[in-house]
Amino acid sequence: MSLRIVVCVKYVPDATGDRHFAEDLTTDRDAVDGLLSELDEYAVEQALQISEAADDAEITVLTVGPEDAKDALRKALSMGADKAVHVEDDALHGTDILGTSLVLAKAIEHVGYDLVVCGMASTDGTAGVVPAILAERLSVPQVTLLSEVKVEDGTVTGRRDGDAASEQLQASLPAVVSVTDQSGEARYPSFKGIMAAKKKPVESLDLSDLGIEAAEVGLAGAWSAVDEANERPARTAGTIVKDEGEGGKQLAAFLAERKFI
Amino acid sequence: MGEVLVYVDHVDGAVRKPTLELLTLARRIGEPVAVHLGAGADTAAPVLAEHGATRVLAADASEFADYLVVPKVDALEQAVTSVNPVAVLVPSSAEGKEIAARLAVRIGSGIITDAIDLEAGTEGPVATQSVFAAAFTTKSHITKGTPVITVKPNSATPEAAPAAGTVEQFAVTFSEGATGTKVVARTPRESTGRPELTEAAMVVSGGRGVGAAENFNIIEALADSLGAAVGASRAAVDAGWYPHSNQVGQTGKQVSPQLYIASGISGAIQHRAGMQTSKTIVAINKDAEAPIFDLVDYGVVGDLFEVVPQLTEEIKVRKG
Ligand SMILES: Cc1cc2nc3c(=O)[nH]c(=O)nc-3n(C[C@H](O)[C@H](O)[C@H](O)COP(=O)(O)OP(=O)(O)OC[C@H]3O[C@@H](n4cnc5c(N)ncnc54)[C@H](O)[C@@H]3O)c2cc1C
Ligand SMILES: Nc1ncnc2c1ncn2[C@@H]1O[C@H](COP(=O)(O)O)[C@@H](O)[C@H]1O
Repeated sequence: MSLRIVVCVKYVPDATGDRHFAEDLTTDRDAVDGLLSELDEYAVEQALQISEAADDAEITVLTVGPEDAKDALRKALSMGADKAVHVEDDALHGTDILGTSLVLAKAIEHVGYDLVVCGMASTDGTAGVVPAILAERLSVPQVTLLSEVKVEDGTVTGRRDGDAASEQLQASLPAVVSVTDQSGEARYPSFKGIMAAKKKPVESLDLSDLGIEAAEVGLAGAWSAVDEANERPARTAGTIVKDEGEGGKQLAAFLAERKFI
Repeated sequence: MGEVLVYVDHVDGAVRKPTLELLTLARRIGEPVAVHLGAGADTAAPVLAEHGATRVLAADASEFADYLVVPKVDALEQAVTSVNPVAVLVPSSAEGKEIAARLAVRIGSGIITDAIDLEAGTEGPVATQSVFAAAFTTKSHITKGTPVITVKPNSATPEAAPAAGTVEQFAVTFSEGATGTKVVARTPRESTGRPELTEAAMVVSGGRGVGAAENFNIIEALADSLGAAVGASRAAVDAGWYPHSNQVGQTGKQVSPQLYIASGISGAIQHRAGMQTSKTIVAINKDAEAPIFDLVDYGVVGDLFEVVPQLTEEIKVRKG
């Protein structure tokens, strides 16, 4: 029986660009070029490795996002995923974590799955909680923040390096997994992969396809509200000295003046 | 004023500092009630009481250590049902955020993660967050349900405010999913004797410029002269020079100390995401154009192999 893997990938504004908020205090997605979140490339990579180790597997990449988010799907397909699902709906503008996870969970169920693979966090929102919420919503085990992952005989195992300890985890499929950037470098799409991706199916879904009411998502349906967003004042220019043999001592004098010594 | 649930982060009853910060913030919006899961509630209770906990709800069961996250969500959900708090505060550790997020879904509430400040507002607690690699700060509030908020370490200075801190044991009825993810082995992190990176008042970090694993002793010597924690850039971690648990940045630890010293670190956006909210920033880099210098209060353009040992020596001399 085929192992059905769904990889959740997010389309995010480039972190090296000048990211801003739009008028309505949602992330301004026009000002900066978007791309497949780098941290989700690790998820695609681990899904590919799991699929290669399995007798028979199929990888669906899933994104919830605007029209341009297709770019993220295309990149994941060119890395080697088999097909893609894009949930796109005007009513989704301004959706928060709880709304996004609701849409993702419905879409995952729509696709059908044995294993869901996520990145450790999105590079724009950075909450890192969607995978745990998906496990809650789907009522399956959460095996998250793994730096190593393996799937064998219907069991997922992995290593989670936490603050206080490193843990070896184990759960039965179906399950939701998230992987960190310690899980292994993601492959680059090959030319062949890029060409093949153009022919792979991309299914588009809207909220009604998933049986979700517009009022459950979007800015108005959000469970939290941003009241203000302020650019952090530029740091006042500091003192910069060139080391002429006394740099260490000068620095010590500064630290003493600030009472650190 | 209603009660505010504060989730206690501890190791066998030794309460970690971020929890004390949460108790301090909790008092701005209500009366703190601590929730202590696992062994050691009697050890923790006096410390929690000292910092304002009026009650300590304690539950102990082997499930908390043997299975991932869900048993703790079950316990916290039960505590919410019995207390009916005005808010739930959880430390922003990786696990803390997962617990908080699942709790929010269960109790039908909104969630805010990684707050750096908290105050009372007309529509419930107002949380300040630092976003887009600290380029912006936002203020938000929860619009549905009981606000669930996770708060980053070093967001407040713990203040003593003695309260009763009466320990009340409760028994948790675990959900079907509680035993879904088994922790089959656990290797505790070895203690270095240095302060915890996220909690430290001072952090000394090294990057690619340090050049080799053995050279990190220069960084460690400086850290030890100050009593600081040691950090590293991802380039240094990826090269295998320093453990990943010490990585500072977007995919490592986010630190907000009084003093951050970066040596041989260029200051890429992903690194800045983890240290830009530090109060005083100092850098040593041989490239005068390195972006890290845009952030500094004091910068030395020079070779770290010259500057850092001299600095360490001078600190020792000054400290006598
Ligand atoms: C999704 C993603 C997540 C990431 N997460 C993180 C993260 O969490 N943390 C992180 O740090 N990075 C992260 N990065 C990587 C980040 O983009 C940079 O590559 C990294 O921070 C560079 O580390 P560095 O400054 O040590 O190295 P470099 O950028 O190579 O800088 C080395 C600096 O050392 C200086 N130098 C060299 N020799 C000396 C000397 N003898 N004396 C003084 N100065 C010297 C050089 O002038 C240079 O400025 C992430 C990247 C991505 C894409
Ligand atoms: N809009 C989205 N579409 C698809 N996947 C997402 C989306 N948002 C979050 N995810 C997944 O959830 C992970 C954690 O995201 P977050 O909790 O937002 O930091 C990401 O790495 C993705 O795998």
